Amino acid sequence: MSRTAVADAPVDRAAPPVSTLRQPRLPRWAPLGLAAVAAVLGIGIGLVGGLDSRLQWGLIAAVLYLGLTAVLASTVEGTRQAKDRLATSVIWVCFLLAVVPLASLLWETLVRGAKVLDGYFLTHSMSGVITLEPGGGIYHALIGTLEQVGLATLIAAPLGLLTAVYLVEYGTGRLAKAITFFVDVMTGIPSIVAGLFILSFWIIILDFGYSGFAGAMALAILMMPIVVRSTEEMLKLVPNELREASLALGVPKWKTIIKVVLPTAVGGITTGIMLAVARIAGESAPILLLVFGSAEINNNPFDGAQSSLPYFIYEQWALGNEASYDRAWAAALVLIAFVMILNLVARGIARWKAPKH
Amino acid sequence: MAKRIDVSGLSAYYGSFRAIDDISMTVEPRSVTAFIGPSGCGKSTFLRTLNRMHEVTNGGRVEGKVMLDDEDLYGPGVDPVSVRRTVGMVFQRPNPFPTMSIYENVAAGLRLNGDHRKKDLDEIVERSLKGANLWNEVKDRLNRPGSGLSGGQQQRLCIARAIAVEPQVLLMDEPCSALDPISTLAIEDLIGELKSRFTIVIVTHNMQQAARVSDRTAFFNLAEVGAPGKLVEIDDTERIFSNPTVQATEDYISGRFG
Ligand SMILES: Nc1ncnc2c1ncn2[C@@H]1O[C@H](COP(=O)(O)OP(=O)(O)O)[C@@H](O)[C@H]1O
Ligand SMILES: [Mg+2]
Repeated sequence: MSRTAVADAPVDRAAPPVSTLRQPRLPRWAPLGLAAVAAVLGIGIGLVGGLDSRLQWGLIAAVLYLGLTAVLASTVEGTRQAKDRLATSVIWVCFLLAVVPLASLLWETLVRGAKVLDGYFLTHSMSGVITLEPGGGIYHALIGTLEQVGLATLIAAPLGLLTAVYLVEYGTGRLAKAITFFVDVMTGIPSIVAGLFILSFWIIILDFGYSGFAGAMALAILMMPIVVRSTEEMLKLVPNELREASLALGVPKWKTIIKVVLPTAVGGITTGIMLAVARIAGESAPILLLVFGSAEINNNPFDGAQSSLPYFIYEQWALGNEASYDRAWAAALVLIAFVMILNLVARGIARWKAPKH
Repeated sequence: MAKRIDVSGLSAYYGSFRAIDDISMTVEPRSVTAFIGPSGCGKSTFLRTLNRMHEVTNGGRVEGKVMLDDEDLYGPGVDPVSVRRTVGMVFQRPNPFPTMSIYENVAAGLRLNGDHRKKDLDEIVERSLKGANLWNEVKDRLNRPGSGLSGGQQQRLCIARAIAVEPQVLLMDEPCSALDPISTLAIEDLIGELKSRFTIVIVTHNMQQAARVSDRTAFFNLAEVGAPGKLVEIDDTERIFSNPTVQATEDYISGRFG
């Protein structure tokens, strides 16, 4: 307001013309500079005040940073710019707050996990290892995870994909509503409940033994709703015009779906499946109930107890000695790497398969 | 090859809403028929009843008869898929398949219907692209994605794709409304050439275009918003634009409403 008032007022001829478009701005390095000042002040206050938590130092610095930004920007640049800068700063601070736990988790796992993680660790099982002493490895758990997750994906991905295709391309009316409802309910099933369900059905009623396959079925229950949901979203993104273009060429609907709709969405669909895989790879509860856990290598997922990475971590941690802690951290590192690689692969596929422009 | 369309007493519904009411008309083979009329009067809906695309829409339903020469498209036992192979369609917005190359786009109709004879395909693709006046512009990049072309080229690609399956009738729903004047002219020229082989029906909002490209013009109107659209009159284009029988047509053409 004040600026337009200046422009509208009769201008003193001697004064240089006042531009209404240009306004005083803080220099470009101002946010960084302020952040540095706030950090220094935060550390200073922390040291002087004898605060022993680094977290408190950081929070003080963050609050100082926001305050300094607001005050400086509103005095130099005016209120609108100050609001803009304040909002930007708040977002940055929140971003850092969110990243700190993630980064420290990664760092912690990396540092502690690297201690015993080597080729030997990856290629040997815990068979015959005295748990109080260093040694042994996760080969049996790695095999277990790969087989259980692989089987779960083989069950859940086709079922989920077909369900989503039905819901988006064919489903109208009561049946589709009912399916959507049950998928929603399945999304909320805790993993231990999925495990108990398979336990009572497969092991207690049908009298099968513990096996990787039993675990895979529980994992599939957890995975399916995620696959349905993400695939549904991807199929909805395919423009209707493409379906109509294909139908208008005299292509039957099922072929339109297979040759036009699915290829257009395949990047997103694979990403969704990969993320679902990553999500179930860390489940330990169903494994505990259904796969039982084992120190030996068992390559057959259909017969007998197996291990898995999350189960191995749980087991080693429960042993509660130095050597087993080290093994637990190393296994955690491997699990995180596994999930990250899956994520990267998913992104790669999504980019590679994205419709070209 | 081209066939006559004979529509009688045709109404189309979206659920319980009647979008067009009791339309009867004849479309001559090897001619261009233009549909004009205000937005929402049911031109697209009517066009889509002519190749059974209307029923693809949720709740879409049709009453009445559409005779293609002497076969009723809505007769018992008629397969909508074969109808659509006989009556092709070009849409308002160019919609090439984004995952396919230019070549694959043109070949799509044949390939997706299980025709894989490579040598014939090459020939058909070339013939169709030439037919759509696009061959010279794309012959060196047949394997590049179709979505990399300009809007006008994409629309001609869609026309090539439609004529590659050798339909008898070609329906076009405002094929130039998303294009610049030069691309529009290219497509209008193309329509002039295609009419020696196909029966063409084109919806357009552009009076000059209707006057330029069509032999017959049908004017649709609706009494009010929410009322079903009706065919007001259909006649030789020259007559519609110089001396229409119905006052509403003259009002619409001279820009007094709509
Ligand atoms: N998918 C649809 N569902 C319900 N109503 C529709 C749908 N498409 C069109 N309509 C209605 O049908 C009438 C005719 O529409 P349309 O055929 O698109 O008109 P035009 O092409 O002449 O502009 C309009 O009232 C429109 O709201
Ligand atoms: Mg329309």
